[in-house]
Order: sequence, then C-alpha cells, then structure tokens
Amino acid sequence: MTPNLVYVVVIGVLFAAGVSMVLERSLTRVLMGMILLGNGVNLLILLGGKAGTPPIVGLGPDEEMADPLPQIMILTAIVITLGMTAFLLALAYRSWAMSGHDEVQDDVEDQRIMQLAERDEGSGTDDKDHHEAVR
Amino acid sequence: MMLLVLILHAAAAVLAPVAIRYAGNRALYGLALVPAGTFVWAAVQRPPLAETYPWVPRLGMDLALRMGTLSWLMLLIVSGIGAVVLAYCARYFGEGDPGLGRFAGIFLGFATAMTGLVVADDLLLLYVFWELTTVFSYLLIGHKGEQSAGRRAAMQALVVTTAGGLAMLVGFVMLGHGAGTYRWSEIAEGPLPANSAVAAVLILAGALSKSAIFPFSFWLPAAMAAPTPASAYLHAASMVKAGVFLLGLLGPLLVQAEPWRPVALAAGVITLLLGGWNAMRQHDLKLLLAYGTVSQLGLLTIALGAGGQAAALAGAALLLAHALFKAALFLVVGIVDHLAGTRDLRELSGLGQRMPLLAVIAALAVASMAGVPPLAGFVGKETLFAAFEHGGTTDRLVLLALVAGSALTVAYGLRFLWGAFATKPGVAPLETPRPGFAFAAPAGLLSVAGLAVGVSAGWFDGLLGPYASQFPGQTEHLALWHGFGLPLLLSAAVLAIGGTLFAMQLRGRPWPGRRLPYAETVYKWLMSAVDRAAVEVTGATQRGSLPFSLGIILVVLVLFGAGTLVFVAPWPTDIRLWDSPLQLVAGAVVVSSALIAARSRRRMTAMILLGVSGYGVAVMFVLHGAPDLALTQFLVETVTIVMFVLVLRRLPVRFSARPLRVTRIMRAVLAVATGLVAAGMAYVAVGGRIATPISVDFAEPAVSYGGGHNIVNVALVDIRAWDTMGEISVLVVAATGVASLIFRRSGALQRRRAEQGTPSAPPGPWLRAGDNPEARRQSIILQVVARLLFHTIVLFSIYLLFSGHNDPGGGFAGGLVAGLALTTRYLAGGRRELNAAAPVDAGLLLGAGLLTAVGTGVVALISGGAVLQSALLDFHLPLLGHIHFATSVFFDIGVYLIVVALVLEILRSLGAELDRQHEVATRRERRAIERQKEPV
Repeated sequence: MTPNLVYVVVIGVLFAAGVSMVLERSLTRVLMGMILLGNGVNLLILLGGKAGTPPIVGLGPDEEMADPLPQIMILTAIVITLGMTAFLLALAYRSWAMSGHDEVQDDVEDQRIMQLAERDEGSGTDDKDHHEAVR
Repeated sequence: MMLLVLILHAAAAVLAPVAIRYAGNRALYGLALVPAGTFVWAAVQRPPLAETYPWVPRLGMDLALRMGTLSWLMLLIVSGIGAVVLAYCARYFGEGDPGLGRFAGIFLGFATAMTGLVVADDLLLLYVFWELTTVFSYLLIGHKGEQSAGRRAAMQALVVTTAGGLAMLVGFVMLGHGAGTYRWSEIAEGPLPANSAVAAVLILAGALSKSAIFPFSFWLPAAMAAPTPASAYLHAASMVKAGVFLLGLLGPLLVQAEPWRPVALAAGVITLLLGGWNAMRQHDLKLLLAYGTVSQLGLLTIALGAGGQAAALAGAALLLAHALFKAALFLVVGIVDHLAGTRDLRELSGLGQRMPLLAVIAALAVASMAGVPPLAGFVGKETLFAAFEHGGTTDRLVLLALVAGSALTVAYGLRFLWGAFATKPGVAPLETPRPGFAFAAPAGLLSVAGLAVGVSAGWFDGLLGPYASQFPGQTEHLALWHGFGLPLLLSAAVLAIGGTLFAMQLRGRPWPGRRLPYAETVYKWLMSAVDRAAVEVTGATQRGSLPFSLGIILVVLVLFGAGTLVFVAPWPTDIRLWDSPLQLVAGAVVVSSALIAARSRRRMTAMILLGVSGYGVAVMFVLHGAPDLALTQFLVETVTIVMFVLVLRRLPVRFSARPLRVTRIMRAVLAVATGLVAAGMAYVAVGGRIATPISVDFAEPAVSYGGGHNIVNVALVDIRAWDTMGEISVLVVAATGVASLIFRRSGALQRRRAEQGTPSAPPGPWLRAGDNPEARRQSIILQVVARLLFHTIVLFSIYLLFSGHNDPGGGFAGGLVAGLALTTRYLAGGRRELNAAAPVDAGLLLGAGLLTAVGTGVVALISGGAVLQSALLDFHLPLLGHIHFATSVFFDIGVYLIVVALVLEILRSLGAELDRQHEVATRRERRAIERQKEPV
C-alpha cells in the first residue's frame, strides 16, 4: 500500500502535541494530551487499512470498499476513551476539591526507595529482624 | 478412582476450616478419614493402574494419572502417614486454637497436591502438583507468621525449591519435546531423547533442591519453624521425599544419561555425611532430627540414584522405613515439647522414667533408623550394602561412605534417645504429665509398623520387586536373613562404631567443627544482592514523578523506534499526497488546532481547540469511508466537550504555573522526536502492508451469518463480541468510578438515585417550564425547545440502535444520541429537569445493560451455540410484515443501555452534584458574610 502524506503529517503532529501535554503535571492537561494521542493512534490504525466506500454490503462494489477491520478496532478505542475521560475528569475535580489543584504529585513510596538507594541500603525484605526493628 | 481421591482430598481441604469451627478438634478425626480411606483403597490395589481424563486438549495435556509400583508405595506413605498425623493434631493443638482451621485446610491441601504428584503421569501435571506442594509447604512453615524466623524460613524454602522447580520444568520440557510426548509412561519406553544430559542435570537440580540435598540442604533445618505435625508430615515423610521419588521414577530411563549417576551419588554421599555430622552437634531435638532427615535423604538419593536393581529395591524399602520411623520420632518430639515445654536436650531429664511407654516407642523407631534387626531400616540397609558390595572403585568408596554415614546415624539416634529420655547428672528431673493414649498412639502405631514391615520383609520383596526389576544389574531380595556375608558384617560394624562415637561424645569429647560450609551463606549473599540491585534500579528509574516515568517510556520508544526505522525498516519509495483534497483541509484543521491547544495556557481555550481537532478527525473518518467511526467520534467529542465544560467551570481559568525553561525545552524535544518517530512508523508500516487483508472475506458472512449489511457493526457484536463485552464492562466501571469520586459520602448516593427527598419537577403539563427555582435562571425558550425535541431525539436514538445492523448507527451511537438528549434537558433546566427526564438510578440502568448483554451470551450458550453466538430469526407479524433480525440485537440493546447510563451518571455527578456542592458552598459563604455584618 502507498502511504498517504496528509495522514502521516497529521499523525506526527497529533503525537507531538499529545506528548508535550502529557508530560506536564496538571491532570486536565495530561488528559487532553491523552485524547490527542488517542486520535493520533486511531488515525495510525486507520491508515493501515484501505480507504474506499463505506464497508456496508450493497452500497458499492466490494472491491472499492474500505477495509472494515481497522474501523472495528478503532470504534472500541473511541468509546473506551470516553469512559477514561469521564473518570480522569472526576479525578481531576476531586483532586482540586481536596487539595486546591489538579496536579499529579510525586509518589512518596518511590521517593523513599530513592533515599534508600542514595544511602546504599537494601529494602530490608531479606533482613532478618527488619520488621522487629521497625516496630 | 484416583481422580475421585484427589477431589475428595480437595473437598476436605476446603471444608476443614468450617468443620473445625463447628466441631472443634474432633473434626480432625473425621477429616483424617479421607487420607485413611485412600490408604485402605490403595492397600488393596495392585499396580499398575492408569486413568486419563481430557483436560486441555489443544495443548495435548490430559489429566493423565498412573500408579506404578513406586507411586503406589508413595501413595500408601502419603495417605497413611497423613491420616495418622491428622489424628495426632487433634491432641497437639489446644482446643479452640484459632490457627487450627487454617492449618488443617492447608495441611489437607498439601495432601491433595502430594497425592496428585505421586500419581501424575503427565510431566507437566506432575510439575503443577510439585509447585503446589511448595506453596503449601511455604504456608505451613510460615504458620506462625508473626515470628520473623518463621517468615524467613518459609521464604527460604520457597525460593530454593521454586528455583529448583523451574530448572526441573525446563528439563521436563526438553525431555518432553525430545520424546514428542509428556506422558512419562510413554517416554519411559525409550529410547533416551537427544539432549538428555542437559535435561537430566536440570531435573536433578529440581529433585535435589526439593529433597534438601547438598548444596540445597540449608532450607530444611530452617523449615523446622513449622508446627511439629507439619514437620513430621512434610519435612520428614512426604514432601522431601518428592525429590527422591522423582529420582526413582525417572531413574530407569535417565540413568542412561551420562551425568545422572555420578551427580546423584556425589550429592548423596556429601549430604549423608554432612547431615549426620551436624546432627551430632544439635541441642534442639527437632533440629537434630532435621539434620538426621537431611542425612537420610542423602542415603535415599544414593539408593534411588544409583540405578541398579539391588540399590533400587533397597531404596524403595528405605523410603518406606524412613517415613515410618522419622514421622514417629517427630511425633515423639512434639509430645515431649508439648509436655515438658522444651526441646533442648540439655534441659530435659528424667522423662524416660516419667513416660516409659513413649521411650519404648522412640527406641523402636531409633532402632529402625539405626538398622537394628529385625526392623524395617535393617532390611533396607542390608540390601543397600549388598548392592555396592561387588562394584569397582566408585562403588567401594560409596560403600565406605554408607558405613560411615550409617555409623553417624546410630550415634545421633542414641544421642536423641539419651537427650529426650535419659536422667542427666546435674539436671533436675522434670515433673511432666504423661501423654494421653490418643496423643501417643499415632507415634506408637508408626513405630510398630516399622517392626511389622521388617518382620514381613519377604512379603514386601514381592510387592516392591516389580519396581526394582526395571533396573539392570545383580538381583537382590529383601529379607531379614541374608546369610553370613559382608553386609551382615558391615551392619554389625556400623552399630559398634556408632555406639563408640556416641560414648565418646557422652564422655565429654566436644564434637569437632564449626558450622560446616553450607550454601546458606551464598543464599543470603545472593538475596541481599538482589534486594540491593532492586533498590538501585527502582531508585534510578522510578523517581515517583509521572512526567519522568512517562519520559523514560517515550525515550525508549523513540530510541528503539528510530533505530528500527533508520537501520532495519524498508522505506517505501512512492507516496501519494492525499486520497481527496478535502483530506488536506481536514488535516490542516486538526493539525493547527492541536498545535494551538498544546500551547494554550487557558483551560477552556485548550478544551475547545481539542474539540475542534476531534471533529476534524471525524471528518477525516468520513473521507476515509468510515461513517460509523465518524458518527461515534462526533458524538463522543460532543459528550467530551460537555463533560469538560461541566468540570472546568469549577477549576481555575489557567493551568498551573509552567515548568522551568530547561525542562520545557527537553519536553519539546521529546515531543517532536516522538512525533517524528510516529510519523515515520506510519509511513513505513503502511508501505510494508503487502498481504491481502483478512477482512476482504468479511462481507459475505456478515450478511449470511451475522444478518446485517454493515460489516463494522455486525463484527462488533459478532466476531469481536468478547471485546465489546470487555469494553462495556470498562464503561460500567468508569461510570461507577465517576460517581464514587464525586459523591463524597454514601448518604449522597441517594441523590444519585434521584429518589424521594431529592428535587424533581412536579407533575403537570410537560411543556410548562420555569417553575423550578433553578430553571428560572435559564432561558425559557431553551427549556421548551429542549422538551419539544427530547422525545424526537430519543426516538431517533432508538432508530439508530436498530438500524445499526444495516446502516451506520448501532448501540454505541444510539446510546450516545440518547445521552445527548438528556444532556440538552440538563443544560436547559438544571438537575431537577434532568431528574424529570430520567427518573431512574443510573446504577440500575448500568446493571440492566450488563445483564442484557451477558444474558444474550448465556442464552446462546444454553441453546447450544458458543457464548454470544448470534442466530437469525425470520417471522411474519400482522401489520408489520416480514421481520428479520439477528439475536445480537439484544446484545446491542445492552450496549445502548450502558452508554445511556454512563452519560446519565456523568450528568448526575459532574453536573448536578457539582451544582449542589457549589450552591451549598455559596450559601455558606453568604451566611458567613452576613454574620460578619451583624453588630456584635
């Protein structure tokens, strides 16, 4: 199949714009980035199938029909995105209502592990009396 | 029947906690009937027996069970000792011990796994049971989870035996792959598959680690943290025997593999001597027995790994003898510990006089262990001596080691008896109570069984002979009297040397040697190294920052993607600009709005541009020939915009402060790089598509089989029905999640149901608007128009639902349209209007939708088809004429309901509930201001 230049450019731009938004901390912005990325991925999948008449039997000759398989997969993806958007929006609102912002904070457990690594210590899971010491 | 045995065991395991809660410790006697019944059943069978049940036909894996002579012997040991130990538990554990239910359940679970292990014929099935015994053993060792020693020992046993088990699995796969079957009874016919040397070493690693053979011995003494009945059963009689059992089972064929015999003999000899030597240094009676068990397992490894008829016969006899005397001794230790309160032989004194009968029971067991005639141990050991009597240098060296090891066994056996029962000078005799009959009887039974087996050696020779005859070499028989010869001389010498060794120790000669070099140090070092490495790697890569983690993922994507694109990928030579020039227009809209959205710092601006870009994508779908995608994309984009507006009206106008300049530049670089790689992938991947797509054949079955002309929608409820099922489940979860995030208290969920006590429009003319306080702020024209259009839109959505099989539409699109109708009502008249439009609980609607979808699948299953298979129905109805529809329509109705419910849930949560929370907050503020104004 021959690639379609418009698609290639649009996919690239959607990915770039999406990634630049996803890499920030504001949850609503991350969500917008995910939606842009999602559109980019959907187009990428769509491009994998032939363009043509709608895949409805009887509408035109079968040979000119667009490839239905990528469409079937994308349809599922679009609806899932809707569910995810609703959930993340509720999460962003909840975060705002509780802490006054919708930023994704650093994970405290991860920071503890980083501190252990800086001190050249183990997690203590193999240490015999670690738990007793903690208590 | 073997399957029934397994099922009964499993059922007993599940029922055990309940039975013990209601009937107390007495329930253990009832539960013991299961292994006891198995024992009786097995005792009257004469192997071989085989039965097969289909299990995973596509993998060629069956529940293939087979009981050869060795398996039969093991089954008798496992079930017989299991029953005895269970009965013993009834007295060992205090009445009302809270951990007993769990213990009994796991214990019987273990018995199930062990039974399965010995009767499995399929090697993979054997592996499954093998690992199950590991898991149950882990749970039993860690029975006292609050003690760090127990946890550590459990983990150690788990890590060591699982590592060995994994090696063994690889060995099994190599063996099975080479032979073309995993059925051992077929592989055993020979010839030896290629690569068997490697497979043999891997299988040995599994077997030796399970049986605590050098260099894996260290886990077994540590495992003594388990309750004594568990130690008696798992770590003496049954589980640790799994390794030597495997040696014996696979031996007839695998001994032909080069490394089998030398490795088994060397590991066995080292273990025999090291274990015996260490047993002499122990003060804890249970640890003494544990090291003794290690030593005896070494002996069994020599016997069953040697690969000769005589050695194998001796091995089988010793397997039985060891199970009897070692389990008895453990039970004795449990009684002593229970009554005297200690297992330290330096503190125990005078117990022999207090409980002479128990001392006799222990003495009988020790005598069997030491090889005193006429007990079972003597018979086995004599035959083993005879097996190595006539060989070359290796055999003579092994014989020497056997004599030395057996002498050590005599010595530590005497040490055990002296330690437990002797009256020691300088230690005050303990005033302990006597054990009750039911407590001592199990140990006595096992001890006496050792005597019975020894006396009837000739009879057992006939029973075990068929197993040993699989091996070549000189023929020996089990007998009490072998005549005067080297074996008898050696047996006598062993007793004499052992007695002398113990006498020397008793006279105060310190037993030489520190902790002997065990692999435990290596294990500990390895574990802490793994832990350190994990901390370093996690600390370096997982810094807790979401952008950083995403950045790493994207960098990997860019590096690998770009690398593949540059060095490997075949770049297509030709490219077309567009399919139709309109694509350029749509593409330009998508690109420009996406770019501006990414740069915008205002939330609403970014959101609206995002919507524009989404609509642009929908246009591109249309131009591609994907009307269903376009329809759904349009609707989803609209609902998304509504959702965003609902939430963003409460959030600050601008996004939070921008990050630092440096990170901004890095992000921009990464974004551009990802975009380039994605574009490159699109370009190359499409150019690389040369095969005919599978979907060219979709058209015909869509009509004849799926009953619709719209291939996309038919496929969604047919070949991709499972995916759609998963998808609607995601929607249900998302909707529930949204509600639970927004309704903060459970009391607030009342409002979610829109029931009594919640505001709703009063009954009256349905076009009357503006009579609720909230709605007065809205435009009356909008409200009337919304009411006028509402039913039309809902009707249209139902049309879309049913026409979707042949034209664009379907459950998703229909549901979204109905959702938008609700949205219009809400936007026009607020939450009361929404409740008037949809006076139902969204959760109920979600459930109804899921039930309809699942119900369709179940009905298809019941009527003899596959799950979610659709059928075509044709019939005539008066007035309506010919009706033709596919049952998958019902599935689509479920989808429709769920989508409507999702939108309703969103409106109730992000819309109505946010309104209410805002109102409450405003009212509170106003009241606070008024209070401030009041003169104090």
